[in-house]
Parts: sequence; C-alpha cells; structure tokens
Amino acid sequence: MTNMTDRTQLPRIGDEQVELLERLSNACAVSGDEGEVRKIVLEEIRPHADDVKVDALGNVLATRRGSSERRLCVMLAAHMDEVGLMITHDESDGFYRFGIVGGLSAIDLTAKVMWVGKEHIPGVIGVKPVHLTEPDERKKPFSVDDFRLDMGSSTDKVKVGDRATFATTFVHQGPSLRGKALDNRLGVATLIELVKHSPPHIDLQAAFTVQEEIGLRGARVAAYAFNPDLAIILDSTPAYDLPAWDVDENLRYNTRLGAGPAIYIADSGTLSDPRLVRYLMEIAAANKIPYQIRQPGGGGTDAGAVHKQREGIPSVSVSIPGRYHHSSAAIARLSDWQNTCNLVANALFDLTPQVLAGER
Amino acid sequence: MKSLIQKLVESSGPSGYEGQIRSVVRAEIEPYADELRVDAMGNLIARKGTGGPDGLKLMLAAHIDEIGVMVTQVDENGFVRFTTLGGVRAYNCIGGRVRFLNGASGVISLEPLEDMTKMPTFEQLYIDLGLSGNQDSPVSIGDVAVFDRPFLDLGARLVAKSMDDRIGAAVLIETMHQLKDTPHALFFVFSVQEEVGVRGATAAAFGIDPDLGLAVDVTATGDTPSRTKVRMEVSLGMGPAIKVRDGGMLADRRVVDWMVRAAEKLGMQYQLEILEWGSTDARAMQLTRAGVPAGCLSIPCRYVHSPSEMVDFNDVQRAVQLLVELLSHPVNL
Repeated sequence: MTNMTDRTQLPRIGDEQVELLERLSNACAVSGDEGEVRKIVLEEIRPHADDVKVDALGNVLATRRGSSERRLCVMLAAHMDEVGLMITHDESDGFYRFGIVGGLSAIDLTAKVMWVGKEHIPGVIGVKPVHLTEPDERKKPFSVDDFRLDMGSSTDKVKVGDRATFATTFVHQGPSLRGKALDNRLGVATLIELVKHSPPHIDLQAAFTVQEEIGLRGARVAAYAFNPDLAIILDSTPAYDLPAWDVDENLRYNTRLGAGPAIYIADSGTLSDPRLVRYLMEIAAANKIPYQIRQPGGGGTDAGAVHKQREGIPSVSVSIPGRYHHSSAAIARLSDWQNTCNLVANALFDLTPQVLAGER
Repeated sequence: MKSLIQKLVESSGPSGYEGQIRSVVRAEIEPYADELRVDAMGNLIARKGTGGPDGLKLMLAAHIDEIGVMVTQVDENGFVRFTTLGGVRAYNCIGGRVRFLNGASGVISLEPLEDMTKMPTFEQLYIDLGLSGNQDSPVSIGDVAVFDRPFLDLGARLVAKSMDDRIGAAVLIETMHQLKDTPHALFFVFSVQEEVGVRGATAAAFGIDPDLGLAVDVTATGDTPSRTKVRMEVSLGMGPAIKVRDGGMLADRRVVDWMVRAAEKLGMQYQLEILEWGSTDARAMQLTRAGVPAGCLSIPCRYVHSPSEMVDFNDVQRAVQLLVELLSHPVNL
C-alpha cells in the first residue's frame, strides 16, 4: 500500500466503480441495520487502510495515514443507511403492520414491492383498490396506518423488528444511474475510492456512518472518536430541476442534474465553514470541474453533528444531486458522480494547513 | 456606554459570518483581557484572571451573531429570493431594508397576496436591489444580509436591530472594563451561531470545561399592548431579569439563588424570568460534557427579532453592576 504521489493517481469513476455502486444500491441497510452495506465496505477498504474498526454503533472507522510530516487529520464521512420500514405487528396470514424509518412519505409506498429482512423476501404494500374507493376518498392521501405489508401467504421468515426497503434493482441507463438508496450509496462508493487513493500529506479518517436518516446519530460519535482538524461530508441531495408549472421560473430547484457536485453553504443543521466552501470553489475553478451551490435551506447532512463536536470542527458538505431520493427509484448522472469524486480528490491532494490559517 | 452599544448594534454579524462584529468586539476588550483567542467555530474567547484558591473556572457568554437572510436565488429579473438565518419572521421583513456583508443594500417586498387575511410565506417575499436585470447583481447564491436600521436613542430606552444580543455583549465588555479584581478564572465568550441553535457555545463550553456557566442574553417582556389576559411577568425598566427557566433550560436553582442574593445585597431591583419558549447559550453550557451548573442574566427586550428591538438603559447598567458584584467575590453555591 502506497499513497498516491501525483495527480495521475487520483481516483476515477469507471465501469468497475459503477459495478460497486450497483452492489451497494441493491444491498439493504435501513437505519440501525446497516450490516449488509458494512460488509461490502469492509471488504473494499481493508486492503487499503492502516486501521479499520467497527464502533459500538456500527460505524466503520478507517484510518489511512500519510507519510509526510505535519499532516492534517481530515475526516470524510458518508452514511451507509437508507430510509425504509420496520415491521411492527404480525397480523397473521402474511399480513404485517409497519412503521416508517427516516424521511419517507406514505405517498411513495402505495402498492410497492418491498424486500423484507436479511434474505430480501419480497412482499407488497397493500392498500384499498381504486375500484372500491369513493371520489372523495381519492382526494385524500393515504396514511401509513392504511397500509399493510402483504407477504402473499403465511410465513415464519418475517418477524417484528425486521426492516424492509424498496425492491428496486440498480440500472445504468445511458448517462444516468437509477436505483434505490442512491442516497447515500453514491457517497459511500465515492468514499471507498478516496480511501483507495489517499495523498501522502494527510491522515485520512474515513467514517462510513450509521443512522444518519434518523438524526445523524452515527456521525456524532464518529466525529468525537476521530477529533479531526476538518471534515468533508459526502452525501446525496435532491434535484428538483423539473419544469415549474405555476410560475415562469423554477425558484426552488435545490440542485440540478448534470451541473456537477453540489457544495453546501447552509442547510438546516450546518452553516458550512466559509474557508472550506471558498477552497472547494477555488479547486473546482483551477481544475475546470463544474460545480453548483446547493440552494440554502432545509435538509441536512452528517455535518450537522460533526461540526459541533468537541471544540468545533470546520466542516463542509458536498453532495451528488439526484432526483426522487427517499423513494423507490432515484436518478442521478454518472458525470455528476465523476465530477464530485474528482473535486474532493483534488481538494485532498492540494490541501495544506493554510486553508484554516485565517479565522472563520 | 451608549456609544459602545451603538457601535455594536450598527455592525453586521449574521449567524455563521461574525467576522466584522468580532473584530469590533476584539478591539474593545483587548485592553482588559489577559489572553484572547478565536476557536474553530469563530467564538472570541477572552480570559481575565487566573483563579485563586477560592476561585472557579467561570464561562460567561453573550452571542455576537444576529438573525439575517441568505440568498437562495437571483431570478431572471434580478430579484433576490432568500431563506432565513435564525428566527426571522415574514411580518417583520416587509418594507424593511437589508444590507449585505459586501455593502449592497435592498428592500424586502412581496408578491401580490391572493388572500389578505393570511400571513405571507417567505416564498412570496423577495429583495429588490433596484436592478433592471440579473447581469450586474452584486449578490449571488449564499450571500448573507442583516436588517439595516440605525441606532435610536430615546433617552431611557434604546432601540436597534440586533439588541439581541449585542446588548449582552455590551454588558460583558463593560463588566470586563469595570471589574477590578476577581478570585476566578473568567472566560468571556463572545459566541457565534446562537440564533441557529446555540452551536458556537456548544463547542466553546466543551473547550473551556467550566465549573459554572452564565449567559447574558435578552428576554421577552409582557408590558406591551395585548388582548390576551395571561402575560409574561417581565417588564422594561424593572431591573435585569434572573432566568428561572426557558424553553430549553431549567436554570440551576443554586445559580438563581446566587444571583438573587447578590441583587438583594446591592439593594437592586431585579425580576425573575420564566420564558415559555426559546433558549440561550446557557443551555449549551449546562449540557456540555458531564453537566455544568448554569444560569442566565437577561436584559428585558421588547420586539425581539424585529428590526427595532427596545431595551431600557437603566436595566442594562444594573446588569453590569450585578455582574461585577457576582464576579468580584468567591462563589458559594
């Protein structure tokens, strides 16, 4: 294992990486039950890291040390978990009630096929058929209590506490990537590549975090353990770059597909460190990497927990934009993923303590 | 002290971007501090005293950030859409003026309302910079601005934007100035990002690891025209308020009693404060590490989070007097 020493060794996103993303997207890792993704992560990074451990909450914490003197400790975080369901009641004959884990809308559940439990047993979310509904009923959205998970027949393989997620198989379609849980397997796949190609003048502290979707819980303890000089969070954010029907101009697009990595200035949990925002923009400009500023507003990433840890950790988030996150299928662009990986890899390669020399 | 207050409230420091106000405060406190530093979040931390055998490590916090707005988009015609930093309310924005950190100014207006009985949402508001297109806009996505409103001296009462919490900063600065001797190691923290969730004080409290924490911040009052019968028991001009509780903290009873005893010893008028919402940096101090006894000295303030927040100058001066008394003697909780 040697650290990369010149820019030709920067990570690239190609067919091999898309295949890894496919495996990650098809794996099931609803918050609190991240084992399946963790297994893939551990297999991928073990040969490339100096130190790998799984902490008490299930975070994978991997360190890859540089070789030069006076190295910055840089934490990179990507959450492994995804939104989904948890089985709460067994109503016999293969019917189950469930609760929602993370930010999932009941609108996205109607009649979806789900993978249930560690064996990915398929089931269907049942609801009253349209034939039998009254016109007034159809105007009202379903609530989670209207649904049952229907396994088709009685089974002893589904237990209360099991998680379920959308039964969506990943597809690489032209310039686009389509699959479930691209939020945040795109970030996980990016971080795996960055661990494999780490520059010599930093100590890379990679946190593959758990329980982000239910309140940044894994990142909080991961940042405490690493206590880095700065942190970059790799995540996925919605693109709502669809035509606006009611006004002339779409004012709330959040991000746009094909416009490159989305750099965060502010979300509901974090005001990014302006020094790091400026640095990423400079790196993008110097290397002619397209980027966009995510529209400031709601939402959040692991940065919300990381930046307040201990005495404060300068933090910024970079997301790969995707349409329809937290539903059965998201669409992202391969080019945005490549540009995101390229931006962060170049940023790490050129990083010096000078970045944080001035006051925030 | 009024000129100090004017200097502080007429500086800009929206949450996360406190550089300008921090340099103003730093210039004021440099003569009184034994040691100064700025931490990773941007908190300005000044130590005074080293602490004797009867001394504690005390953290005193007043936040230097203020509520503000941030650009989300400059539209095709140069109108600026924005989101909020902290508890900005739409009805306080309309017709107001804002000033960006780069000096650009604009006015906030709103789209025609379909229903005049409903409060507009922020999506219906925009900032007009007086441009005829978006080509030469001096602002872009992510830029931040604060209310633009000059200091108003009404004699006994003072009015300005960002009294929350520049008045707390003024109280701490004046206390550092007047305090002759202390048995304690005092850490005066001019904290950042309070308005977005006491984020700066969270990091500062962890770093300082104090024995006792005290925030100085504003609190609301119940002394203005209102049709509700139940009113908050705090009024302007009735003395500084000693916080008993707010939406995020039950003040340590021993810290409350400590402040009450000192006020009574001085024969000073004071009020006890129960605020049913909101919170202060004291919450962050109380919950850091293994927990810290914490409380808050509040300056009563009308119209909090509006561009015209009003305080009573007498309350402010008495707050300084009380703090000087508290910090001059050993603390026996």
